[in-house]
Amino acid sequence: MGNRLFGPLADVAADAGYTEPPRRMGFFTDTSVCIGCKACEVACKEWNALPEPDAGMMALTGMSYDNTVELGANSWRHVAFIEQERPVPAPAGNGNGHAGAGAGAQRWLMASDVCKHCTHAACLDVCPTGALVRTEFGSVVVQSDVCNGCAYCVSACPFGVIDRREDDGRAWKCTLCYDRLRGGLEPACAKACPTDSIQFGPLDELREAAAVRLADLHASGETGARLYGHDPSDGIGGAGAFFLLLDEPEIYGLPPDPVVTTRDLPAMWRWAGAAAAVMVAGIGMAFAGRSARPGG
Amino acid sequence: MAEVRQVPEASFTSYYGRPILKPAKWREPHLPAYLFLGEMSGAAAVLAAIASASGQRGLARAGRLAAVAGAAGGAGFLTAELGRPERFLNMLRVAKPTSPMSVGAWLLAAHSGLVSVAAASDLTGVMPGVGEAAGRAAAVTGPLLATYPGVLLANTAVPAWHSAYRELPMLFAGGAMTAAGAAALAITRPGPDGPPGTGPAQRVALLGAVLESAAGFAIERLIGPEGEPYRQGDGGRMLRVARAMTLAGAGAALTARRSRAGAITAAALLTGGGLAAKFAVLRAGVASASDPKYVVAQQRATPGGARP
Repeated sequence: MGNRLFGPLADVAADAGYTEPPRRMGFFTDTSVCIGCKACEVACKEWNALPEPDAGMMALTGMSYDNTVELGANSWRHVAFIEQERPVPAPAGNGNGHAGAGAGAQRWLMASDVCKHCTHAACLDVCPTGALVRTEFGSVVVQSDVCNGCAYCVSACPFGVIDRREDDGRAWKCTLCYDRLRGGLEPACAKACPTDSIQFGPLDELREAAAVRLADLHASGETGARLYGHDPSDGIGGAGAFFLLLDEPEIYGLPPDPVVTTRDLPAMWRWAGAAAAVMVAGIGMAFAGRSARPGG
Repeated sequence: MAEVRQVPEASFTSYYGRPILKPAKWREPHLPAYLFLGEMSGAAAVLAAIASASGQRGLARAGRLAAVAGAAGGAGFLTAELGRPERFLNMLRVAKPTSPMSVGAWLLAAHSGLVSVAAASDLTGVMPGVGEAAGRAAAVTGPLLATYPGVLLANTAVPAWHSAYRELPMLFAGGAMTAAGAAALAITRPGPDGPPGTGPAQRVALLGAVLESAAGFAIERLIGPEGEPYRQGDGGRMLRVARAMTLAGAGAALTARRSRAGAITAAALLTGGGLAAKFAVLRAGVASASDPKYVVAQQRATPGGARP
């Protein structure tokens, strides 16, 4: 049972105590084929009966076609739209060359973001009530009947995914459609995705498919393509929902190299212990030697 | 002034300038008040136990009263902070060492019980042996209750908090001593030959003020680019207010053995300074989570997340 707080973990469900769990399931979101239709957002809202955003009526943001803005308590899929003025290589063969080559051409990046279902999930680690749990599929789920809205998970998540719903006071996020998985169905977003940008399946198979897709893109000249969250040796032990991106992660609003905060927790407790000892010594010193004298 | 590495603005990109992290949901005045009252209770329990052991009954009682007030008030603010306050007891359905809030909830529960028994016994004279034992046990829970909030805040993705995980517990330890010393100065009544116990209370407050100011300085100047929110903006302003009040309070505390007015002034200034420091920490954290540059710069500068 090594690497409980940090590092690669072969079987995350077994580590959480499940005996003979099913294979770890996850998402591979290939943003190179995302067309920005937001069917994933709609299907997620529909299946999970998510209310409108806390801000009330949605506003037009001016952020390209993105009026969802971010993942939150009521938005468990979020399609980002990035418009870039830059030369776009004309791909050989049947690539995704929708724009012509040359300077000043517009490149439009679209990416459907979602909870990463981290191998080392900070939200789960810090939850004081046990409301956040690891499921048998390796996903991370909030039990809403247990959550008391302490909001620790909100500050712990290195991706800014989980959030508290203002009117009901509890934390909410993507469940990897746990109810559908239990019924043998794939998550609503993956089901609705018309281009298979969102792929659902056993995580090890998705990682293999992603490596093949990445090699194809590199071969066709899309040198900016990279995988994000696929590596079990990264700061979160690898994501259960990983991505193929065409540019730097921060362009999409993703942290470039997140590390689960609990990696440093043993060191933090040692520093707190040392501070506690200093405090006791300090108060002891204040009494030392002079306590017998009347008047202090 | 120490040389400080600044965040490289030029190399920084983001998604429409939007934050990567969610800002903390923790509110003012709830979180700062909880932090202040909890740490005060922790140090007051230690002060009371030592005073009791050295026969200073007045100071021991003052410490016990301050410890009860801090624990009760802190628990109130902590509960009010929850999205579902009626589910407060869900904190006690598990014990999780990976969750500083779980550890803190158990500590607070144990500490509150101990200091309540100690104070009740002291005031009523019932079962003095049990009260004394509870008071001594609270001298064990107290220091942990006072410093665990450093871990509570640092064990997050918030850059200004996580990067200060070495210094924050010391800030709270110093703040705890300052606050408990201030409370004891205010509560301890002067006797005919000067107030017995004022000397130790004064020295606890002074030592705490030095420790708190030094830890604040270290967070501001030594932790790297993530220290910027403690120097600039709302967090920086509030930390300067905190420092000014704490140092002025320490000055006033020097007169506390001669003058009751001096003692009260010192207690008020030190309490204000300690509270302001907690507001500063919350505001710096919110500022650092709200600006994606802190997240991106830190992670780009230290691949794999090593601390610079």
